[in-house]
Order: sequence, then C-alpha cells, then structure tokens
Amino acid sequence: MIPAGDGRLRTALHSGRFAVTAEIGPPRGADAEAIAAKAELLRDWVDAANITDNQGSHTRLASWAGSILALRSGVEPVMQLTTRDRNRIALQSDLISAGAVGIPNVMMLSGDHPTFGDHPDAMPVFDLDSVQLIWTARLMRDQGRLLSGKPVKPAPHWLIGAVENPFAPPLRFRAQRMGKKVAAGAEFIQTQFVFDLDTFGRWMGEVTDLGLEQRCGVIAGVGPIRTVRAMEFMQSKVPGIHIPDHVVRRLRGVPSDQVAAQGMALCVETIETLRETAGVAGVHVMAFGHEQVVPELLERAGIPPRTATAPTVTGRTHDAG
Amino acid sequence: MYLLHHLLTPGTVKRWFARFLERHERLCTAFTQAEKQVKGSAFGCRMCGQCALPATGYACPMTCPKQLRNGPCGGVLATGACEVYPDTQCVWVTAYERAEQEGRVSDLTLLQRPIDHREWGKSSWVNYWQGRDADLWTTDDGLTRTHLVLTDLRLVAGGPKA
Repeated sequence: MIPAGDGRLRTALHSGRFAVTAEIGPPRGADAEAIAAKAELLRDWVDAANITDNQGSHTRLASWAGSILALRSGVEPVMQLTTRDRNRIALQSDLISAGAVGIPNVMMLSGDHPTFGDHPDAMPVFDLDSVQLIWTARLMRDQGRLLSGKPVKPAPHWLIGAVENPFAPPLRFRAQRMGKKVAAGAEFIQTQFVFDLDTFGRWMGEVTDLGLEQRCGVIAGVGPIRTVRAMEFMQSKVPGIHIPDHVVRRLRGVPSDQVAAQGMALCVETIETLRETAGVAGVHVMAFGHEQVVPELLERAGIPPRTATAPTVTGRTHDAG
Repeated sequence: MYLLHHLLTPGTVKRWFARFLERHERLCTAFTQAEKQVKGSAFGCRMCGQCALPATGYACPMTCPKQLRNGPCGGVLATGACEVYPDTQCVWVTAYERAEQEGRVSDLTLLQRPIDHREWGKSSWVNYWQGRDADLWTTDDGLTRTHLVLTDLRLVAGGPKA
C-alpha cells in the first residue's frame, strides 16, 4: 500500500482509484507557453503528467523547469530524471531541488543512450544505474541522508517512481527486475507501451505472484498509433517497443485515412482490458505531439475526468511554481 | 566459470599476498596487468576494480554501454541484442541465460551498490582478497523501514551462493 499524503497521483494509488498519467515532452526552445498549452489539454483528465528528461537523448528544456511550469498550469508533474547526463552529485542536487520547489513526484530511469539523440558525440555518464538512483532517492527521503552520509534537512518528500519494460528480453527476468526497483524504493512503475496484451498478462501474473503490486502501483503505458508510418517508426527506431502481428495487420488492413481511428479504437480496447487486469493501478497515456486526443481516448474507455481542482502539493516555496 | 570463483575465494594466504603486493608497487602493477590480460580476454573486463562477475553470471556489466550493474535496460531488442550495438548480445541476456542454467538467478536480484570511481584501473582481486568487496551487493537496502526487502519479496532466499 502506498502511504497517504499530498498529491493527486499518490492519493489515487493510496485509495485504489484507477490512476491516469500522461506525458508532456518539453520544447527545444525557451518556450514556457509550450508546456502550458499541453498542460491545458491534460489538466482535467490526468492525476499527473510526466515531464520527460531530454527524451530520446535530444536536448530540450529541463524536466525540473518543465515540472515547475506544469505546476503553474495546475498539472501535477512527475519529474523524470535519467542517469544518462548527470553524476551522483548533480542527480542528488536535482532531487533536493525538486523537493524544495514542490514537485510531488519523481520518476527515475537510466534513459536512452546518447547515440540515439541529437548529440551522439556526447559523453554518456551513467555514474549510477536506475536501481541505484531509486535507492539513493529513498535514502534521501526516508533517512534524510545523501550517499555521502551527509544529512539532508529537511528531507524532500516526493513519491518515487520507476519504469519497466515487460516486453524486452530477458522476459523471465522482467518481474524480478521490477522487484529490485520496488526493493530499492519505487512506489509506482510506469511501463513501456502495451500493445502485446498476452506478454503483458504473463508479466503481470509474475508481478502479482511476487506481491509487488501490493507495494507499488503498476501504471500500464498506452498510446494511440496515428499512422502506419508512426507504427513503423516505433517498430524500427524506438528500442524496446513490441507491436504484435495482429495489431500490425489490423492497422495495415484499413485505408490510410482510417488508420488514426483504428489506432484510437485499439487503444480504447487496450485501456478497457487493462482496467480489468488484476494488479493494474492505472494507465500512462503517451501521445507525443497529439495530446489533444487524450481526453477523447479516456472518455471512450470510460475513465471520467479527474476532479477539476488544482493539484494539492505542499511545496516549501509555492511562489516558485 | 563458477570454478574460477572457488580458485579465487579469499583465504589467509591470498590476504597476505594481496597485502604484500600493495607494499611493492612494481609487483602490484605487474600483477594488475596480468589480471587485466586474463579478465580482459575472458570477460571483456574494463578494470573497474570492483568485480561484480560472481553475482552476474560471469557476464561483465561494465561492458554494457550504460554500465548497468542491476539488470538490463528497457531497450534490449527482441532478438536479445544490445540497442546500442545491435550485432552483440545484451550482456544481461547472457547473464540471465548463464545464471538460469546454473540455478543462480537469485544472484541477479541482489542490489548492487554504486561503484567507487577511484578504484578504476586497480586490481579487483587485491581488493577482494582483503575483504574490500564484501559490501558490493546486498539483500538489505539498509533502510530500517523495510528491512531485508528482497527476502520479503521472495526474490532471494539469502545472500549469493558460495
């Protein structure tokens, strides 16, 4: 059980209400409005929105800044933090900062390798791995200590998140790997896109066998495929996404002007199945560049809007938000 | 390969030898070079000085482009290949296959601590024989709120098998 506390996402996971998160990819420009516009589309429909950290190793506005901008727009942020670009000094510093400005959720991952991004010539840092960073975050929050042993006073009190990909080899190790993250301190896990419900179901079975869903909210990743080209891109250029043959056939089997509608229908059906799957605590909707479809998607899947109140966060410096 | 581990298990003689080496800089350098040659050709060792091999199915996690010591990233290709070097198998796929074959999958669930970057280039055997590696991995997250969580989660029965 996730301990009670502030924040919509924490409250949803604590109470067992089906949680909804989405994603806001920050812009490349110094453009606060871009975050506000996406936040506006999502605000009434999600418990929280992930602010990605230089996603795909492409340089963007920082996730901490995007998180503050999302807070300003009334959307509770999940600040993503990758181990790719920063060593343990900078990572811990960012985690302290997130606590100070009232960012209620942090989610930690290793991140895409620089070779996939716009600076393939960059130094990959990976000083810590994702499990070690999650562990470090919990050490900071629950024991008020840095890795060095120095005290962190007052300690931050964000909710700690992580990711898992149930579809990447070695498949039989994936639930146990999630277990390591839960042991290290993860309180919610967001998964890679679920298109392959059979593999997801097997993984979820292993997760519940280990009792992990009792300690950590499992939020399944979903998203609508809009075009055949987008599907091909996901298959060939985004490591770790598995689109089964029957899904490919279904989307290729309709005229090109109906692919988007078919992709929406498929995503709605996936969300409906996930809601019925034991141990699934919510969905994480990823709709890069077409966030406007998120409300329709959720409505059709029978997930009502969230209460239209602003997120309750107890930042130490609300004015920063 | 697990035999190698038995050969290297610390004892009084090896501890004495490690101390002796550390007092003699040239000998120690030569020994470290020899270790580098042996482990480099056998495991692709990068000389991090804090060897995780006994707990990772003897697949070196430092050969992973992200140097992940706690398991594979989410980008492993469907074929089991590395996302960064698609013509090589993911080191954690190798680790899992070997550990499964040997009945040692629980080794892979141990929490690997962050490494000390000051140890790069030093002999991990000298460190190991003097007990400095004893705390590289653990079943205990060290936090009082949920003690021995890996055991609670039924991920491991105890520590790594000898």
